[in-house]
Amino acid sequence: MAFVFLLEQVLNGLLVGAYYLLIALGLSLIFSLGGIVNLSHGAFYAIGAYLAVTLTPRLGFAGAFVASPLLVALLGVVIERLFFRRFYRSDPILSLLLTFGLAMIIEQSLRMIFGAAPLPFSIPSALRGQVFLGNFIYPRYRLIIFGVALAAVIATWLLVYRTAFGRVVRAGVQNPDMVGALGISLQPYMTAVAALGIGLAGLAGVLLAPISGVHPAMGAEILTAAFVVVVIGGLGSFWGVIAAAALVGVVRGLTIYFFPPAGEASMYLLMALVLLLRPRGLLGERIQKFE
Amino acid sequence: MAHSDDLTRRTLLKGAASATALVGLGMPAIVKAQSDVIRIGHLTPITGFLGPLGEFAQMGVKLAAEEINAAGGVLGRKIELVIEDSVNPQTASAKAERLIERDKVAMIIGEISSASALAIGQVAYRTKTVFINTGANSDALRGASCNPFMFHIEAANSMMVTAVGTYLKNENMIKGKKWYSLTADYAFGHDLFRVAKKFVTENGGEFIGEDLVPTDATDFSPYLLKIRQAQPDIVASNLAGNQITNFIKQYAEYGLQFPITGFGFDTAVAWGAGKGNFSGIWPLIWHHMVDTPSSKKFVDAFTKKYGKPPENQSWGDYNSLKIVAQSFTEMKSADPQKLAEHLRKGAKFDVLKSREGYFRAYDNQMVQEMYAVRAKDSDKMKDQWDIYDPLGTVPGPNEDLEVLAPPKDGTCKMQA
Repeated sequence: MAFVFLLEQVLNGLLVGAYYLLIALGLSLIFSLGGIVNLSHGAFYAIGAYLAVTLTPRLGFAGAFVASPLLVALLGVVIERLFFRRFYRSDPILSLLLTFGLAMIIEQSLRMIFGAAPLPFSIPSALRGQVFLGNFIYPRYRLIIFGVALAAVIATWLLVYRTAFGRVVRAGVQNPDMVGALGISLQPYMTAVAALGIGLAGLAGVLLAPISGVHPAMGAEILTAAFVVVVIGGLGSFWGVIAAAALVGVVRGLTIYFFPPAGEASMYLLMALVLLLRPRGLLGERIQKFE
Repeated sequence: MAHSDDLTRRTLLKGAASATALVGLGMPAIVKAQSDVIRIGHLTPITGFLGPLGEFAQMGVKLAAEEINAAGGVLGRKIELVIEDSVNPQTASAKAERLIERDKVAMIIGEISSASALAIGQVAYRTKTVFINTGANSDALRGASCNPFMFHIEAANSMMVTAVGTYLKNENMIKGKKWYSLTADYAFGHDLFRVAKKFVTENGGEFIGEDLVPTDATDFSPYLLKIRQAQPDIVASNLAGNQITNFIKQYAEYGLQFPITGFGFDTAVAWGAGKGNFSGIWPLIWHHMVDTPSSKKFVDAFTKKYGKPPENQSWGDYNSLKIVAQSFTEMKSADPQKLAEHLRKGAKFDVLKSREGYFRAYDNQMVQEMYAVRAKDSDKMKDQWDIYDPLGTVPGPNEDLEVLAPPKDGTCKMQA
């Protein structure tokens, strides 16, 4: 019997992995392709959630699901043009400070506009309910999150590894000067990367708003976990982030099964262990700029 | 904007360098000094996981000050609030000292975190300044850590447990039932679970699961699976702040049907859960449906000013300032030293309930009525604030108010 319960926790952990993947994917993209340590990633996640709450009464949840990530991505374009652009080649500590400040400004703005109390928001009634596989239980909404996360991963992978756009961006990571010498301006590409990464944070915000509290500090709440996933996966590694998200989900689930107080600490222990054995993370690449 | 220059780039840099987590920068809201005013300090967390409650606390105390000043102030002097974000115990202690020594406040109102309340209480004792705790529940504050200058309008954990426990007994939810509890893994949760477990086991219930939940957990699914596997009769929450919102939402998401109850609760976290998610029986020190004339007047004034009904946290801070104003008027003096004596003499106060409350001299706990509420079906809610029905008042009309108060077990030894 205990084995069945463990198996259920493992499968649920994979589902929770989709949750971690959604919050980490955009962070990893901007980190790997732009070299920006985006501490404001969680704040954009919060903006996505607040947009979902604001837009759903007007557009319905489906409308908000499409519109919110696009609006957050648009905000990403502005942020890249105004700020990120100045920091691609400078000391990473500068972009770290910039995005830290940005995160505080956004969190405080949300508090001033919407108040500190959590805003009510639920899963739309059409998406409620559970699916039973044998005796295992899966909320339909989590399965939808899993599907969307999968789709986001595949779309992002195709874009970065199977299109001309992706080739330029990846070349830019390795050798921006050479790309420039070939007559290609990297700037519009980097704007697109930032918009994509920040838009993904918005997408995570919309999807998770129905199952977690929508309050100003919600971004700060998930930021650390997102970083842990990216670090475990390895800088610059697309598949690493996916493996890390699944691993964190499963390890956390099993830890809670045996010793609940260490539930959240388990991901940090996992990170320490991975870094001890593989300092570049699970599937990290060697990137000249960061050596 | 006199203090906007506090927020220099250097402050930001310092903050960034020292913090790995995000901490909001609070701007002190200090009004210019005047000699013909009575200054009152207000300290409560408005950032972090107790922030949502802190905001309601500030709304309550501001409304009280407005009403007092509109009626001519106290002893012909206006009340002036000095409001700050208490952030954490270290900051709370430093700010309490600054309020007393630099801003010369007559007394301090506020706090939600038991750890920060303890820190402020120590400053209060050292400086012989009254501090009324409006939101910290730990029994230890009324026990081993008690002192003659720290007063509690907020209920102790044991009072919350007895209040809701009375109704759980009536509903046959304790005797012979299997309980599964989730407890916030810090001082408040541990203290609450200790008294809750004592109450449940003494009344014939049994715990088959008792999981601690780290305060930074946002996903509850592994816990929910464990609960489903254990098949308890009752699921009990000893969680805190935003944790309760996440828990309620995901409990509904997983469609678990075991009845829920909780020993610690604030209305704001349930308002924030959204339609169709909130369920169970919960204790409250006050709620906006309490049917007394003074309570209705407060709800109307609050709703008119802020566009939403007051939360139980607003009640505490609103009443504390009213109590202080009334005491100064009765004493015909705003002498901070004498305030503690006056409050400890058992003066009675209208705290918007059907019976008046008073601070008992043993531990400075306000002895008063409490309530339990039951979540409403979502199709019966009139609006987003209408989420529960009152179950009634404890103690009953013929019972001594003190039956609810923490036991006088001798742990509190008031020093002079």
